[in-house]
Amino acid sequence: MLMLTCPYCGIDADETELTPGGQAHLTRETVGSDDDTFESYLFMRENPKGVHFERWRHSYGCGKWFHAARCTVTLEVFGTYSAQTTEPPKEICDKISGKRPGWSWGSFS
Amino acid sequence: MSDTFAMIEQVGPRGMMTLRGDLSSTKLKNAATGVAGVDFPGISECNCVDERGIAWMSPDEVLVITPYDEIAKDLKRMQKILSGTHHLLANVSDARSVFMISGAKSREIIAKLSPVDLHPDSLIPGQFRRTRLAQVPAAFWMRDKNTFELICFRSVADYVSTLLHNAASAGSEVGYFQ
Ligand SMILES: [Zn+2]
Repeated sequence: MLMLTCPYCGIDADETELTPGGQAHLTRETVGSDDDTFESYLFMRENPKGVHFERWRHSYGCGKWFHAARCTVTLEVFGTYSAQTTEPPKEICDKISGKRPGWSWGSFS
Repeated sequence: MSDTFAMIEQVGPRGMMTLRGDLSSTKLKNAATGVAGVDFPGISECNCVDERGIAWMSPDEVLVITPYDEIAKDLKRMQKILSGTHHLLANVSDARSVFMISGAKSREIIAKLSPVDLHPDSLIPGQFRRTRLAQVPAAFWMRDKNTFELICFRSVADYVSTLLHNAASAGSEVGYFQ
């Protein structure tokens, strides 16, 4: 069972109260992007065994989108954070580094 | 309905207004507290006295609860206080149903139906919890240590009533919290 703490209401929400929103921190390519970048935005996703960053929505609660950092192997949750950011906050990255030294994900490490 | 180990009643109708906007705005807070007559709630809290109260729904939304018969008057009062402020105020009274679940074992009923930690140390009066009850959205808070007030959409009130009665069938107590 996966439980995530919603950063807006502070509630420990069960997976069944949440809606998954897929990979976090995508750059939305749009008019003016070349074909390769656009294709990568549409179809290419991280599929890691380990550290992963995702978007979730507290759909049976406050209704807000937020971010979560977790391990896909152990379901350990490193932390959740606001949706209003394009990259994971430093304290989350530091926490992951403490538990999974040498981790990297996309352009983050 | 068959025997239950806690009392389940459908109460109401209750006057309910959805108020959205900047929750840190003094004007918005005054509009809600002026009508509800209770303190403005903190995050995930509900302040409720008798038929009036305010529940924290999300970072930009509260639910203002009033007696059903006074909703028109209260709505006007709030509109007046809020005029000129960016906000959304809607009367949702007829879209909601209210249940009261009371008895020493009332926690068990909610615990069977929602994924919420209902341990007496975790869930205490004053907290407001939006969640799901089996397959439908619901929200509840505790009036006191043995009484839950629960709201759901009126369109699923029959389903919720059946769920609650079924979970409360006499003899089906789990006894985990005793
Ligand atoms: Zn939330």
